[in-house]
Amino acid sequence: MARLIRAVLLLLALALPAAAQQDAFDAAVSGLAGGFNQQAEAVERLGALGDPRAVPLLRALADGRLLKRPDGGLVPPGEAAPPGAEPVRVNNRVRVALRGALGRLQLVSPDPAERLAAAEAVFRSRDAANAPLLEAALARESLPRIRSQMELSLAASRLVAADKGAKRAAIAALGAAGSTDARALLLEARAANPALAAEIQTAVAAIDRRLSLRRMAETLFQGLSLGSVLLLAALGLAVTFGVMGVINMAHGEMVMLGAYTTFFVQEALRGVPWLLPWSLPLSVPAAFLVAALVGAAIERGLIRHLYGRPLETLLMTFGVGMILQQAVRTLFGAQNREVLSPPWMQGTLTLPGGVSVTQNRLWIIVFGVAVLLAVLAAIRLTRFGLEMRAVVQNRRIAATMGIRTGRVDALTFAFGSGVAGMAGVALSQIDNVSPNLGTGYIIDSFMVVVFGGVGSLAGTLVGAMTLGVVNKVLEPWAGAVLAKVAVLVALMLFIQRRPRGLFALRGRAAEG
Amino acid sequence: MSATLASPAPPRAAAARNVLRWVLIGAVLLLALLPVLNRLPLDSALHVSDFVVSVTGKWITYAVLALAIDLAWGYAGILSLGHGAFFALGGYAIGMHLMRLIGPRGVYGHPTLPDFMVFLGYRELPWYWWGFDHFPFALLMALAVPGVLAAVVGFLAFRSRITGVYFSIITQALTYALMLAFFRNDMGFGGNNGFTDFKELLGMPLNTPNARAMLFYASLASLLGAYWLCTRVTRSKLGRVLVAVRDAESRVRFLGYDTTRIKLFVFVLSAVLAGLAGALYVPQVGIINPGEFSPGNSIEAVVWVAVGGRGTLVGAVLGAFSVNALKTWLTSVAPDLWLFALGGLFVAVTLFLPRGLIGLLRRREP
Repeated sequence: MARLIRAVLLLLALALPAAAQQDAFDAAVSGLAGGFNQQAEAVERLGALGDPRAVPLLRALADGRLLKRPDGGLVPPGEAAPPGAEPVRVNNRVRVALRGALGRLQLVSPDPAERLAAAEAVFRSRDAANAPLLEAALARESLPRIRSQMELSLAASRLVAADKGAKRAAIAALGAAGSTDARALLLEARAANPALAAEIQTAVAAIDRRLSLRRMAETLFQGLSLGSVLLLAALGLAVTFGVMGVINMAHGEMVMLGAYTTFFVQEALRGVPWLLPWSLPLSVPAAFLVAALVGAAIERGLIRHLYGRPLETLLMTFGVGMILQQAVRTLFGAQNREVLSPPWMQGTLTLPGGVSVTQNRLWIIVFGVAVLLAVLAAIRLTRFGLEMRAVVQNRRIAATMGIRTGRVDALTFAFGSGVAGMAGVALSQIDNVSPNLGTGYIIDSFMVVVFGGVGSLAGTLVGAMTLGVVNKVLEPWAGAVLAKVAVLVALMLFIQRRPRGLFALRGRAAEG
Repeated sequence: MSATLASPAPPRAAAARNVLRWVLIGAVLLLALLPVLNRLPLDSALHVSDFVVSVTGKWITYAVLALAIDLAWGYAGILSLGHGAFFALGGYAIGMHLMRLIGPRGVYGHPTLPDFMVFLGYRELPWYWWGFDHFPFALLMALAVPGVLAAVVGFLAFRSRITGVYFSIITQALTYALMLAFFRNDMGFGGNNGFTDFKELLGMPLNTPNARAMLFYASLASLLGAYWLCTRVTRSKLGRVLVAVRDAESRVRFLGYDTTRIKLFVFVLSAVLAGLAGALYVPQVGIINPGEFSPGNSIEAVVWVAVGGRGTLVGAVLGAFSVNALKTWLTSVAPDLWLFALGGLFVAVTLFLPRGLIGLLRRREP
């Protein structure tokens, strides 16, 4: 029983202010049917009340669709017109009031897009009278994007206020907001307020610092993202070329096979809708297997016969790459294939500080690091990795210890190719899946491996990330293509200074 | 294995070599006859079509490129995967001259600027286009630009003892970077459309039988000249040292030879020859665009040499002709098969025919 009473009391408490507002609203609405002065007042009051129900009424009035019964009562918009009803007439004063009220009311509209548009409109109007309204709207607003726009608009309207204190507060707020819009606003205000120039200047400087920091963070992210793409593409090569010393020009085609496997898995899962969003993770092992099998076949069938003749291996594997490309072109066609992004990889993420990053790029960084760790673990921790290192260090002694070196060669090459295939899964998200997907990456991959130091996975990581970041840092100045050319030239000069790369192997392993 | 390539011929092989020489002379004479046969009346049994003449002219320039690659790879062991870049640069130099000769006959009718520059809003000729209205200057540039580029790259690479596959990959990156650069419109080289629509060369309107014959003979003369030059180089003392550098570079260095300078000389000479080939190629095909820089082109040229037989000058020429004949035939009969065939050639020649077609001929010798 006590509970019931408490519930009733609570309901009453909630309803009371609403009821008071209800009265004010009804009173204001009834004013719409009166004379022009009364109308204008009513419109302004409705605008100030901030009740979303006023929006259809005011719109109807503005468009001349609001009807008045012969007895003076209003016909609610949307209802059928009773006989004898006439449109409510308005004059220019009322129209001005309507425009203002509608603009303000949109600030509390249930539709977020409308709220945002209204906040932007208020920002453009630069009217000091909007400030209280914005404060009210801000108190209700919960979406961060709209909040920040409203704060900006609030500062803009305070900036044109007569009150110097309000202006100072607005300048400080704009300085703290740190967006390009705020910066433009401040610069505009500087001309109008010579007295506050110094404060505005400090606020602008603060914004500039923040903006440049944000730009740097974003460039860094883009660089790391490009770097992780390079890392993925180069990791497989770091195994086949770096560890085994086999020049595999068909490496790019292994990446391409991985991308096509991703496409194939996606098409195969079309019949199983609940699995479809997970086709990408499922493609990772599939791509590894496909590329590894092809790699093992190439190693056993062809490369094995050319050990110790690197130039011939280079030419031969180039031919193999050509055949693989043409085979895929014949099977799947030359056009680009679309690999969908699962929902959890789409969209952008805004980090604190306003740095926005795209989700799929973020995932590629994560994936790149994960693959690197997996490769490291395979080489350092498994029996296969141990045998692989043994064969690389001293083939004959490894053989006398009972290691089947031929099998290890095949497995190592298959492993490197499989890693390339996994890279293809990631690249299918950011590049066109076409038969010549791999050709664009082969030179970059070799550059990464050579730059980082042949045979060193840490070097591959550092090399890839450095190249990625340098590329993205240069891009705004030089353009994407010239940045790439500059990086290539810089690399050639770098190799002058350190022919064995950043992380040169020392001791016996370096003698190869 | 590679040591046998340059060993002096055993006595009994001398006879076979003599036969080969006569076959070669016959082949050159036959080639020289082609433009003449082209002039015979259409119904004559010996008439040769325009297509055959222009295609053969193109192959001859390819053969010059193959010689250039063979000189560096077959003799000095420098496998450049960027010779297409030198070829294309030579082509671009002559292309610039041809563009300047169009004069006011372009679509926009501008007296000095080529069409693409008018289109891109250039006011005047960029400085690097100065002088290209003179043929000798353009020809000089067609040889000098690849030569200087090769000297710079070669100096940097050989000085740091970058050899083998590392050098190959660097030269491939070089041609790749140049391709990206030439694709840009603001380089002032016509962007991805390159140069085309040429009108005349040395006062001869192109695309006439006369011009075609002249270009054909110029190419043939260049091939013979390049062959003679390469023979002189490879049979000289320098040639012996080159082969030694290929087979055991550090040993040669320890013997007191300056291998860096020797390799640099051969590499630059090879690049100049490639530039010459490009300069002859462009007027005959009537177009040059950044696609010529693509790494695939360079490596395809390497395979001509591999197929023919590297380390023998005849082999390089033979390879250029035979692979391109196969390409022309296959791309017309079954275009999809060509890339399979080319890829297969790469595999087959490295696995089964390391000495190329010439090796196949020589195997019959005792």
